[in-house]
Amino acid sequence: MLQLISLLVENKPGALMRVTGLLSARGYNIESLTVARTLDPELSRMSIVVDIEPGQRQQLIKQMNKLINVLQASDVTEAPAVRRELVLLRVRANMQDRAAILKEAEIFGARAVDSSVEGFALEATGDSEKLDEFIEVMKSYGEIDVTRSGLVAVSLESKKLKLAPPIKKDLEVEPHTESVK
Amino acid sequence: MSAVTTSTAKGTLMSGAKMLLECLSREKVDIMFGYPGGVTLPLYDALYDHPLKHILVRHEQNACFAAEGYARATGKVGVCCATSGPGATNLVTGLVDAMMDSIPVVAITGQVSTKLIGSDAFQEADTFGITRSCTKHNFLVKKLADLPQAVHEAFHIAATGRPGPVLVDIPKDVFQAQAHYSPVSAIHLPGYKVYTEGHAGQIRRAAQMIWEAKRPIVYAGGGILASAASSDLRELVERVDIPAVCTLMGLGALSSEHRNFVSMPGMHGSYAANLAMTETDLIIALGVRFDDRVTGRLAAFAPHAKVIHVDIDPAEIGKNRAAEVPIVGDVKRVLEKINQVLADTTGEMQPVNARSRAEWWDRIRDWQKQHPLEPEISSDEIKPQHLVSEIDRLSGGEAIVCSDVGQHQMWAAQFIRFHHPRLWINSGGLGAMGFGFPAAIGAQFARPDKLVFALVGDGGFQMSIPELATVANHALPVKIIVMNNGYLGMVRQWQELFYNNRLSAVQLDTFPDPEKLAGAYGFKGRTVESPRELRGALEAAVREPGPYLLNVRVAPYENVYPMVPAGGAINEMVLAPPQPVEVA
Repeated sequence: MLQLISLLVENKPGALMRVTGLLSARGYNIESLTVARTLDPELSRMSIVVDIEPGQRQQLIKQMNKLINVLQASDVTEAPAVRRELVLLRVRANMQDRAAILKEAEIFGARAVDSSVEGFALEATGDSEKLDEFIEVMKSYGEIDVTRSGLVAVSLESKKLKLAPPIKKDLEVEPHTESVK
Repeated sequence: MSAVTTSTAKGTLMSGAKMLLECLSREKVDIMFGYPGGVTLPLYDALYDHPLKHILVRHEQNACFAAEGYARATGKVGVCCATSGPGATNLVTGLVDAMMDSIPVVAITGQVSTKLIGSDAFQEADTFGITRSCTKHNFLVKKLADLPQAVHEAFHIAATGRPGPVLVDIPKDVFQAQAHYSPVSAIHLPGYKVYTEGHAGQIRRAAQMIWEAKRPIVYAGGGILASAASSDLRELVERVDIPAVCTLMGLGALSSEHRNFVSMPGMHGSYAANLAMTETDLIIALGVRFDDRVTGRLAAFAPHAKVIHVDIDPAEIGKNRAAEVPIVGDVKRVLEKINQVLADTTGEMQPVNARSRAEWWDRIRDWQKQHPLEPEISSDEIKPQHLVSEIDRLSGGEAIVCSDVGQHQMWAAQFIRFHHPRLWINSGGLGAMGFGFPAAIGAQFARPDKLVFALVGDGGFQMSIPELATVANHALPVKIIVMNNGYLGMVRQWQELFYNNRLSAVQLDTFPDPEKLAGAYGFKGRTVESPRELRGALEAAVREPGPYLLNVRVAPYENVYPMVPAGGAINEMVLAPPQPVEVA
């Protein structure tokens, strides 16, 4: 099944590799992935959709939380959250279809962001199923090119972010040592 | 991250190489196992007049294994060092080994200069990428200002929580750059959360269940060693008189001679341990991960048992077996608290199920009597079990035994007693052949006062043979005991049992003459073939002040029993060969 994971990660080189490596090491295929900076420029928010057996969902979240660069990983598959995806679509359209295309786009809440003699560039957001339909409809008008953003989500629950406090380094700290006779 | 440059005092001007050594000193590193190369030249130049002891091994893989041996023998962080490219890639097996067995290791690797990274420069490899999945965490330090922070973070991550390997990759120009150094006062790893205390409610529930169980068993593993919880474990099993099994990684957590110790469970575990694990109604799992070699077929494992699972790694709990009482915490802290609750409730709870508990012990004692682990001894040939029991006699539960991987490892685990933790050192999770001998080097440097055996097979020994130079170089008194059956014994055993004895690529026809081999390095070695001479030969090896190579020719077709066939339930053991086996 598809699991939607929301992660707050440190914005550092290699952080993305650690997350995706964890998935690929287990043979899970990533359906979509988005990453962008948060309000705090030192942090990034990732939204990942991954195909996974239901029994492994919790284990995956635990493994992600173990990554040092991950501040918080949460499973938002079923949690109260708003999930949206963006699609940019270019449709070639002959002159007589153009009005119909714009009308149709309006039904899906899409808008034209570019127009040329060859056709339109359209932008739509929504849940993935609705965007699937939109793309289907546009196909019927002619050749299209599609770029999808992948799902992004924002949780509707205020989940407290627990962070580890700074650790004083007096550099006299004793490591775990078993006294051996 | 710029703790160094922004600190009020400007600090001392020094090179990156010197700064690294300064940080290592502050982490109390006294020894580092390594191998130099092009990009680590500045580091080795700084080492030239630095008190940190550097042990030159003969292959980087063995630097990591030796660092692990050091760490496993002491509990301190082991440190190894390699150059870029091939040096770093050679560390990989050791890093995975440390990862699998949760051993604290910090690996320092050189990298090509920052300007050359990504240009396919000479001896360039993507060490940061390659070691991502075989370390607990890794760093690529591209600015000298970040170096002290990264090094101290590396040590902190390696040693705390669930220990593991951490790699710090340092480009040559970072070693060469100069900057003002002042000590790091704090590190900040906001995403690194370690929960040590355990949930108070779950701890009370656990204590209650321990009192109420009719057939409880303690299943103790490497986590007991990692958190130095041996005395707390002993207190637990004595206070409530519960039988305990120790995993391959946990041997020595409870003394092998403790009356509550029931030996090792699992694929080559004892009859009593495996039946007890199957019949129990309460597993008290302490610092273990329900490894497949312990549980056998998971669906048939401990079918009547409830599980209390204590582990510092939340991801281990419920990974393979669901726990009725999950407790995330440091096993020592949690055991202290469980013991306290048990102490407080002793009066009221003691009589509960006393009769069933006595019957449970009777059953375990019966199983132990029915199929005890007893070494086979013959007067015609040296049985491998005979060899390990002679090592056991010499050790008396006090020597450090570093094992390689295979049949000898299992026999050693079955027959050699360990009275303390950190005496039994082996590659448990990864099963990396070639581990035993270099690990013994690290252990001997860590514990010069101890008798250290490198118990190896003729296969694994030949993977680590270059390190003969290292022991000779330092007159390190490691006793290398080769259990030589002329085969890759464990693979041969499986080919015999499951592949119609079609012995494919397992025969080791050639083995060097040990007297000449050790002699070539300037120390003594010999072969022993007769059971009558075995004891004397081992004693002579131990008496020798320096290293010794003893090649012991053992019966070639001996198999390790009991054995749970792969995919079998652990109570479905094969206890002995079904019939005399015809050998091709």
